[in-house]
Amino acid sequence: MSQLKEIIYNCKKATSLIERKEIGRLTLRESVELKIHLAFCSVCRIFRRQSITINSMVKMLFNDAQQRQTKLDDTFKKSLQERIEDKLNKNGKKL
Amino acid sequence: MAVDPLQWVAKYADYLFTYAITRLNDDEQARDLVQETFLAALERIDRFEGKSSERTWLTAILKNKIIDVYRKKSSGLTGATEHLNGEEEPDFFDNVTGHWKAAHYPQVFGIEDPDRLDKKDFTRILQLCMQKLPALWLSVFTMKHMDDAPTENICTELKVTPSNFWVIIHRTKLNLRACLQKNWI
Repeated sequence: MSQLKEIIYNCKKATSLIERKEIGRLTLRESVELKIHLAFCSVCRIFRRQSITINSMVKMLFNDAQQRQTKLDDTFKKSLQERIEDKLNKNGKKL
Repeated sequence: MAVDPLQWVAKYADYLFTYAITRLNDDEQARDLVQETFLAALERIDRFEGKSSERTWLTAILKNKIIDVYRKKSSGLTGATEHLNGEEEPDFFDNVTGHWKAAHYPQVFGIEDPDRLDKKDFTRILQLCMQKLPALWLSVFTMKHMDDAPTENICTELKVTPSNFWVIIHRTKLNLRACLQKNWI
C-alpha cells in the first residue's frame, strides 16, 4: 500500500489520533495525517464529533453530580461526629 | 486559616461523600472513605498550614484515598489485556488495513450536537456503559476527564506506561461510543 493510501484507510490509527488530539498533543506529522484522513473518511468524522460530545458530557455529568450533592444519612453522620469528638478528647490535641 | 474538626461533618461530609461516590459508584466504599479522610486529617492536623481552605485540604486527602482504591482494583492487570465486564470486546477494525469493519461503523444517532441532547437519557446510558468498562480503564478515564489530571500523574499513580495509557484511552472511547450507539433509542 502506498503511504497515502495507508493513511486514508487506517481508521484505527486515525481514531487513536483523534483521542490523543483531544487530551494531549500531536506531532506535526500526525496532525497532517489526521487532517488528510478526516478529509476522506466520513465515518471517522462522525466518530470525532461523538467522541467530543462524550468528553464534554462526562465532564458535565460529574459537575452536575457534585452540585446536586448526595446526602450522607444522618445516623452515619452522627456516629462520625462522635468518632471525631472521641478522637479529639483522647488525643487531647490543642486546636 | 483555622481548623475546626468539630464542624467538619456538618460542613463537608456531604460534599466529600458526593465527591467519592461520583468517582467510585459505591455507597459503602464512599462512606468508608469519608470517615477515613476525617480520621486521617485529625492525625495530621498539625500539618495543616492554612494555605488552602479546609475543604480543599480534606478533598486532597480523599482524592489520594480514591486513587488507592483505583490502584487496588486494577493491580496486577495490564490495561491492554483487560476484558470488558460481561462482554467480549469487539474487533472494530480490519486487521490488515485498520479500516472500520462495516458492522462497527459509527453512525449518526443523535448525540453529535450536545446542545440538542436529552441530558437525562444520555447520562443514564452513559453511566450504564461506563460500568461495563474494566476497572483500570474506568480509573484512567475518570481521572483524565473528571479531574483533568495530567497524563504523567495518572501513569505514575496507576502504574501504567504512557503507551499503555493511550491504548486504554483509545479502547475506552471505542467501546463507550459503541455501547452508547447500541443502547441509544
